Amino acid sequence: MADLIINPFSSGTRLRDMIRSIRACKTAAEERAVVRKECAAIRAAISENDHDYRHRNLAKLMFIHMLGYPTHFGQMECLKAIASAGFPEKRIGYLGLMLLLDERQEVLMLVTNSLKQDLNHSNQYIVGIALCALGNICSAEMARDLAPEVERLFQSRDPNIRKKAALCSVRIIKKVPDLAENFMSPAAVLLKEKHHGALISGVQLCTELCKVSEEALDYLRKKRTEGVVKILKDVVNSPYQPEYDIAGITDPFLHIRLLRLLRVLGQGDADASDYMNDILAQVATKTETNKNAGNAILYECVETIMSIEDNSGLRVLAINILGRFLSNRDNNIRYVALNMLMRAIAVDAQAVQRHRATILECVKDSDASIRKRALELVYLLVNDSNVKPLTKELIDYLEVSDQDFKGDLSAKICSIVEKFSLEKIWYIDQMLKVLSEAGNFVKDDVWHALIVVISNASDLHGYTVRSLYRAFQTSGEQESLVRVTVWCIGEYGEMLVNNMGMLDKEEPITVTESDAVDVLETAIKRHTSDITTRAMTLVALLKLSSRFPSCSQRVNDIIVEHKGNFVLELQQRSIEFNNIIERHQNIRSILLERMPVLDETTYNGRKAGSLHTTAQASTGSSISLPNGDVKPTAAPLVDLLDLSSDDTPAPSSSGVDPLQDLLGVDLTSTPSLSGSSKAPVDSLLDLLSIGTTSVQNDSSKLDVLSASNSSTQSANPLDMLSSLSSSLATPVSAPGSSAPMMDLLDGLSLIAPKTDTVTFTSPGLSETNGSVYPSITAFKSSSLKMEFSFSKQPGNPQTTLIHATFSNMSSNNYTNFIFQAAVPQFVQLHLDPASSNTLPANGKGSIKQNLKVTNTQQGQKNLAMRVRIAYKVNDKDMLEQGQINNFPPGL
Amino acid sequence: MGIRFVLLVNKQGQTRLAQYYEHLPIDQRTALEGEIVRKCLIRTDQQCSFVEHRNYKVIYRRYASLFFLVGVDNEENELAILEFIHLLVETLDRYFGNVCELDIMIHLEKVHFIVEEMVVNGCIVETNKSNILMPIQLMEKAA
Repeated sequence: MADLIINPFSSGTRLRDMIRSIRACKTAAEERAVVRKECAAIRAAISENDHDYRHRNLAKLMFIHMLGYPTHFGQMECLKAIASAGFPEKRIGYLGLMLLLDERQEVLMLVTNSLKQDLNHSNQYIVGIALCALGNICSAEMARDLAPEVERLFQSRDPNIRKKAALCSVRIIKKVPDLAENFMSPAAVLLKEKHHGALISGVQLCTELCKVSEEALDYLRKKRTEGVVKILKDVVNSPYQPEYDIAGITDPFLHIRLLRLLRVLGQGDADASDYMNDILAQVATKTETNKNAGNAILYECVETIMSIEDNSGLRVLAINILGRFLSNRDNNIRYVALNMLMRAIAVDAQAVQRHRATILECVKDSDASIRKRALELVYLLVNDSNVKPLTKELIDYLEVSDQDFKGDLSAKICSIVEKFSLEKIWYIDQMLKVLSEAGNFVKDDVWHALIVVISNASDLHGYTVRSLYRAFQTSGEQESLVRVTVWCIGEYGEMLVNNMGMLDKEEPITVTESDAVDVLETAIKRHTSDITTRAMTLVALLKLSSRFPSCSQRVNDIIVEHKGNFVLELQQRSIEFNNIIERHQNIRSILLERMPVLDETTYNGRKAGSLHTTAQASTGSSISLPNGDVKPTAAPLVDLLDLSSDDTPAPSSSGVDPLQDLLGVDLTSTPSLSGSSKAPVDSLLDLLSIGTTSVQNDSSKLDVLSASNSSTQSANPLDMLSSLSSSLATPVSAPGSSAPMMDLLDGLSLIAPKTDTVTFTSPGLSETNGSVYPSITAFKSSSLKMEFSFSKQPGNPQTTLIHATFSNMSSNNYTNFIFQAAVPQFVQLHLDPASSNTLPANGKGSIKQNLKVTNTQQGQKNLAMRVRIAYKVNDKDMLEQGQINNFPPGL
Repeated sequence: MGIRFVLLVNKQGQTRLAQYYEHLPIDQRTALEGEIVRKCLIRTDQQCSFVEHRNYKVIYRRYASLFFLVGVDNEENELAILEFIHLLVETLDRYFGNVCELDIMIHLEKVHFIVEEMVVNGCIVETNKSNILMPIQLMEKAA
């Protein structure tokens, strides 16, 4: 003992002192320091195997653990304490085990043996704590090992042991449901207990057995329902028992457990439900309602009545109780009433509807928990007949509700409005109200959906844009309202000014062109506007420059201000738009036409199912812009200047969304976006300087390809665009379309490995004639040789199989070997994958690749092909290309 | 299983007792405690005693400077848990004689023993105060 006092590490401080010094700490850092010191002392004591202070050290560790510091080093100490003989040591050891242990199986395994011994101990208290610990922490393996011991303890003379054995079994059968049958008869016996603790545990064990085992449920239902009803009757009618009395009611906890067991037994079984009708009626009518304990029982009773088989008399009783609860002044009671009504709605929606007014009041409660419950409930109550008044109530409340409730509330309103949208004008009106009140809280898909609806409601365009204009004047701080307003003014700006499409109920307003531009200027200069809003505003401004020629200069000035914007996208757009306004007057009006009606079904489909788009969104850059296609959900809405105003529906499965390109300038050059199928084509474009290609079955790819070409080749994509416009399938043909572009179109079709067949026109390749198919050396450079041999498919004279063999005469291996080929338009080409992408040196191996060509003008025109071969030598990129004109004639 | 955790927290938000009936890593525990306590502390006396947090329903009751919080799953009877909290406080009162925060801190393990006698694996096992306190008092006599 003496040396312990001398040793500075040997737990000198008492628990009380440690707590005092921790409490004295003023900062978290000080507290950490104290805890670190204590932990060091405890570790030292552990390593010295200090028995005398084990109890104290474990108590300290528990305190430290509670403060949230790691205490894993104490786990073994717990096991040692459990293994010791004394009761107090064991007691703290088991407590430590329950508190400090994480789910590390190997440590748990170590404790199994001690537990087994203690379960067989002669001292009932030691058995008790072992059972308790097992009940709290046992794993499946321990459950299997120790189940026989626990089962045996049901026979114990001490009811305190029996009750703990029962609860321990609850854990065991949850971990290992197979063991359930072993506990069936002991559980049934427990139902005859007089001791409340044993009885309540027995009831809980029975409930759990019913959940894990059909067999047990069946048995208990058939043989024990009456017994359980009788227990409940006895408890309800029992005389005053001071030890279990709570507010004049004998053991409400037991009441509740019994009612819960009855619920499990009665659910789906008419006979069992019949048995319990009387007692349920008695509990529902006789229970005291002025105390919390009584209400707890009533609450449970109502739930049981709602769950068991139908008895209309009881249900009426239950709904009435809930009605009383709902009008109670105690918030706790109202909360549980709302909670219960949610479940009751499935049983009797009509009855719940009667309380609608009260429930609606609860939505406006000052208590967040009650509001939340009530809102969920109201959502379930809405139907076609009450949607209008309910929505009005909720929207009115939105104005005055707490800031932190607005998010939930507006989400629910939007969802109701979308689900029950009766007519478009009502939908638009309600959404505008929500956006004006809580535009900062709604999710993006809400305003996306709104724009789709607006776009489709052609007779309401004028009305909508004017309403938005008014709303903007009063609620200009709501982000999503600003976005919708900006978009609509961009699209339908002239309707704002000339009051077109006036509805009867509308009050006329006078808005000048410059007022409209004012709105956009405010929006783009508002310091809270984010990039999406600003980008949308830029597009809207550009559109107005064409709609309102008188404001064109002012619009241009605003756009020019953003030429130096730090955000690359805004900067680039400003420069482009400035160019359109200043240099391309001739095509501006076509370019800036109103966008086609957005396809509702596509949008809804996209919203409903597209994992694809969300996945894509997550790979996109952090800056999501409405006029790029980085953000797919926004994409259909923001294709504001779609050049090819053809109304063909979007190809359903195309990798390229025709709606995604603004101005036809697709951002395919950004790496995150370039689809794998497009990339190789892209690289071939510059190889063969080809401007237009048409991809089979997907004319919409046209402008994507051309645009990506332009964006890679030209500093000013608009030059490209203007020249392209005549070649696009626009109904309106732009003046001054042109030649420079056409020159580029030397009309070869391109193909890359693993892409689908691509065809295009190419007149003017030389023709040769002949009828034999010898192998040829198709390509030969200083070190690389490519040989073709040919075979024909029987019955398909136009198609030729070409077997290409590559060999490498140099002394270096070629890696990343890729062969690409292009053929004239009258030829279709299909490339199979190559046998390898590595070509060994010195001709010691080869790569083989099959090509299938179909010459649609066989006999008239000869095959021709351009090839490009890329590979790496010593990590250096190499490229070889050439044209093959020596195909055997007649292929 | 009804009860997921029992927490005692003072007005400053410091944990005074934490008993979990399911495994949570220690950093998650502290985060959870912090969030729940913040939610509960801002509520007024008139508001109801239930707070929904993540997938827990927290039932809390305040006694002087101490908050008793019990986290339960969705199937538990909230009003009964409220009654249980009161029973726990009465039991502690009987044992310590007008229990205060310091009692609980210094006799942390004893409070744990009491809770352990009342709840096993998230189920209420005993509601008779004498039965609950008997093993602990016996142990003290023996020591």
